Amino acid sequence: MLRIFLAFVKKETFHILRDTRTLVILFGMPIALVLIFGYTVTNEFKDASISIIDQSKDNLSHEFVEHLTASGHFQLTNLPNNINSLDGEFKGGNVKMGIVIPPNFEKDFFKKTPVTIQLITDASEPNYATTLTSYASQMIFSFQKKYSKSAIPPYQIETEIRMMYNPKLIGAYNFIPGVAALILMLISAMMTSLTIAKEKETGTMDLLLVSPLPPMLIILGKIMPYVVLSFIDAVLVFAMGYYIFEVPIHGSLALLLSLSLLYLTVALALGVLISTKAATQQAAMMVSLFTLMLPTMLLSGFMFPIASMPWVLQYISKIVPANYFVQIQQAVMLKGAGWESISHPILILIIMVFVLFAAAWKNFKVIYK
Amino acid sequence: MRKLFYIVQKEFIQIFRNKAILPLMTVVPIMQLIVLSFAASNEVRNVQLAIVDQDNSEYSRLITSKIKNSDRFILMDNPPSVKLADGMMQSGNADIILTIPPQFEKNFFKNKTGEIQLLVNAINGQQATVGAAYLAQIIQSFNQEIRLDAVPQLAVMKQFSSPQLRIENSNWYNPDLSYKDFMVPGILGELATLLVMLLTAMNIVREREIGTIEQINVTPIKKWQFILGKMIPFLFIGMFLLTVGMIAGKLIFDIPIVGSLWVIFAYCLLNLTAVLGIGLFISNLADTQQQAMFITFFFAIIFILMCGLFTPIESMPKMAQYFTIPNPIAHFVHVMRSVLLKGSEFSDVAYNFKVTAVLAVVFNSLAILSYRKVS
Amino acid sequence: MENNAITAIGLTKKFGDFTAVNAITFEVKKGEIFGFLGANGAGKTTAIKMLIGLSRPTNGQATVAGFDVFKQTNRIKENIGYMSQKFSLYEDLTVKQNINFYGGIYGLSRKKIIEKTASIIENLNLRSYANKVVGDLPLGWKQRLSFAVASVHDPKIIFLDEPTGGVDPATRRQFWEMIYEASNNGITIFVTTHYMDEAEYCHRVSIMVDGKIEALGTPRELKERFKVNSMDDVFIQLARG
Repeated sequence: MLRIFLAFVKKETFHILRDTRTLVILFGMPIALVLIFGYTVTNEFKDASISIIDQSKDNLSHEFVEHLTASGHFQLTNLPNNINSLDGEFKGGNVKMGIVIPPNFEKDFFKKTPVTIQLITDASEPNYATTLTSYASQMIFSFQKKYSKSAIPPYQIETEIRMMYNPKLIGAYNFIPGVAALILMLISAMMTSLTIAKEKETGTMDLLLVSPLPPMLIILGKIMPYVVLSFIDAVLVFAMGYYIFEVPIHGSLALLLSLSLLYLTVALALGVLISTKAATQQAAMMVSLFTLMLPTMLLSGFMFPIASMPWVLQYISKIVPANYFVQIQQAVMLKGAGWESISHPILILIIMVFVLFAAAWKNFKVIYK
Repeated sequence: MRKLFYIVQKEFIQIFRNKAILPLMTVVPIMQLIVLSFAASNEVRNVQLAIVDQDNSEYSRLITSKIKNSDRFILMDNPPSVKLADGMMQSGNADIILTIPPQFEKNFFKNKTGEIQLLVNAINGQQATVGAAYLAQIIQSFNQEIRLDAVPQLAVMKQFSSPQLRIENSNWYNPDLSYKDFMVPGILGELATLLVMLLTAMNIVREREIGTIEQINVTPIKKWQFILGKMIPFLFIGMFLLTVGMIAGKLIFDIPIVGSLWVIFAYCLLNLTAVLGIGLFISNLADTQQQAMFITFFFAIIFILMCGLFTPIESMPKMAQYFTIPNPIAHFVHVMRSVLLKGSEFSDVAYNFKVTAVLAVVFNSLAILSYRKVS
Repeated sequence: MENNAITAIGLTKKFGDFTAVNAITFEVKKGEIFGFLGANGAGKTTAIKMLIGLSRPTNGQATVAGFDVFKQTNRIKENIGYMSQKFSLYEDLTVKQNINFYGGIYGLSRKKIIEKTASIIENLNLRSYANKVVGDLPLGWKQRLSFAVASVHDPKIIFLDEPTGGVDPATRRQFWEMIYEASNNGITIFVTTHYMDEAEYCHRVSIMVDGKIEALGTPRELKERFKVNSMDDVFIQLARG
């Protein structure tokens, strides 16, 4: 039996290895994702285009403009004469913020009469607008400080902020676990469900079911290669995190890898469950896409904080396996946790494996008995 | 032309017979829209905060109550020691630990200074770091109050000692800084594109996998007729999807529609044409549906992450910004937001129209060239 | 030449180093039922694909219905019908919808399509199935429907690639009746098969071994030449080399 099974796995493996296009993507995907998250997905800003409406045009206002643009965060795109022209610039998307310097800037400033600087943002992008406003405010305060005489006022409460586990605020601490969870889910669950759905669609499933191997072993044989491939992908993601983005692995590597296998098993069980339900590859793909990929991306907490979501989504996020796997990875990799402190997520994943396989087995028996 | 009609007719019959596709065009996008709009938010709320109050003075209680008044924090049961609080953070029950040291109030008057410590779980950057920034703000404003309390003459002194710059803030187009107004139009564009791309990518390759394509290939039908016949139904689906999404967006989220719907729909048509070209091109390259789907996912994920939907394109490195030019989703998201929220007119988004037109020509040429009737 | 539906001279197809079809030369007369025999992998399907314009020949020349296989594939396609060994009608369309679709893309007029649909359903006795999806039909009926659809545009030649694979003898017989009827209407039939008893039904047969045509003639001529009683024995002798 084992010999037949191994021969079967071998055949399936050759099948996959011959398909270079899929292989390229299988390994290209994690690399591309890690690089994209590492280098392009950021809320920091540089060279934001601004317009300055200088209604004074005196020495101090020139100095002020220079002060604002010297940092490199703002790029002066335009010096229009009135506020109304901002509308056109915002609509064309060339400019994100307008700064209005009122008339008599220099005179009022040194007379110490309050001077109001107007910051007008294109708030159709609210986050970007907020970031720009707060940065501009900082710049304005520092300009004001240059001309203030007094030093730090007394009776100041200092707030000492210490960033735990991630003192340099490296984004990779967050996205590496997320990408690992996403890739494992994508490859093992989706590929599994598609592979089995394909056998159904092309009618070769019946052929396999009359072979001497029990059906569950057949399915196992079909998904075995994907288990190995996605495991390699996980290792690839961890390695890129470690070597490129300096994500440490404080805890036990063996623990991390064996828990990755546990998560992988959950993903496979999900894939098998979907495939017992879906009749065609397209159906399997759509179900995988909407029940696996998007929840894994959105509700696992690596792109958007779950705690800030409405409670319905918070509850849904509790049944998203990736959520627990991300917790586990962060605990092991960054906090150096042992298995005792993450026993809760581990237990949940184990329960998921049993429930999902039981459900898949039940469906399978309904169809093939 | 008549032959084209028959192909289109056939595709429509198949689409409507396929039980998976209809819900996919109606229920799923609306669900997606709702979930995404709520989930994909960068607003920070419900930050778990543990306050270790070792002073237990009037001031320390005042700080605690000020924080309580902010709706962004969930105060955990006050742990008596920093050590216990550390344990809470380790197990994920606290995002931030705020420690008020013993003798805080006393030292404030004696030494004219005080110190409050924030320990921030910085792994999940946003939740904790943004939370910490809010806390720092709250502490600052508390500081202002008690400083005036302690030495009222400071206020007067300061006013005359240095120049005064005030900041007045106005947020155009979205004065409440509503994140949903920002996300929903973008998500609509992204959804329509993604779905159409996936469906088309799997279409021709499915006919090849099942074998029906061979029967088509022995008919005298021309390449362009076949490709166009495949495209038209999916164009309809995409447009339909956008319409359903816009209605849902209006009814559920009350998104603003400031600009012209004509511009939106005209652009959608153009954009979907380009996306269809990509889908068909992938379909021609792939041997199996599985392959097609995988290739599509690969590009879709890259397109989505780099389209400016979640993080601004302006924040990307210059090199990466160039990669967004051939990304149809990036243009779609931009046009949807500009027109719906700001009321941009055609001339404002003409650049996106032009680029997308070029993309449409390029991708569809690739699709037609790569479709082989002869081996 | 005028009387030939198909002429092939030295037609060759290579895939890299492998020669699938090796310089075959033959002709098929108008109205003939021409059997194209050979074991699996002998190159029958490749040869057919070159003739119907799905595969470009590496060498040689050929005309089908008077048109060149290199330059006039689209004219060829207008004049031929083809039924592949794999069932390739749309299983998710109904019988009527399939006929309607293929009639449409062959450019038949609406009136003609309605006529054709009625006559096919009538002839195949498919009335109760007309509005059912094709996927639900029994295999034998699917194949007869495929044949009917392949001839919906009244082609001059019909190519049949292993048309009776996997069906029972009674259904095969019914199928051959359809072939004879088409032939009586002046349509040339080019059919590949590996059932040697079916070879007896053909006017003339060619037998392909390893990419080459090893024998060509009427079934009777071949049996006489090899001094055997059945086409089966002819084939066995050839296959042994």
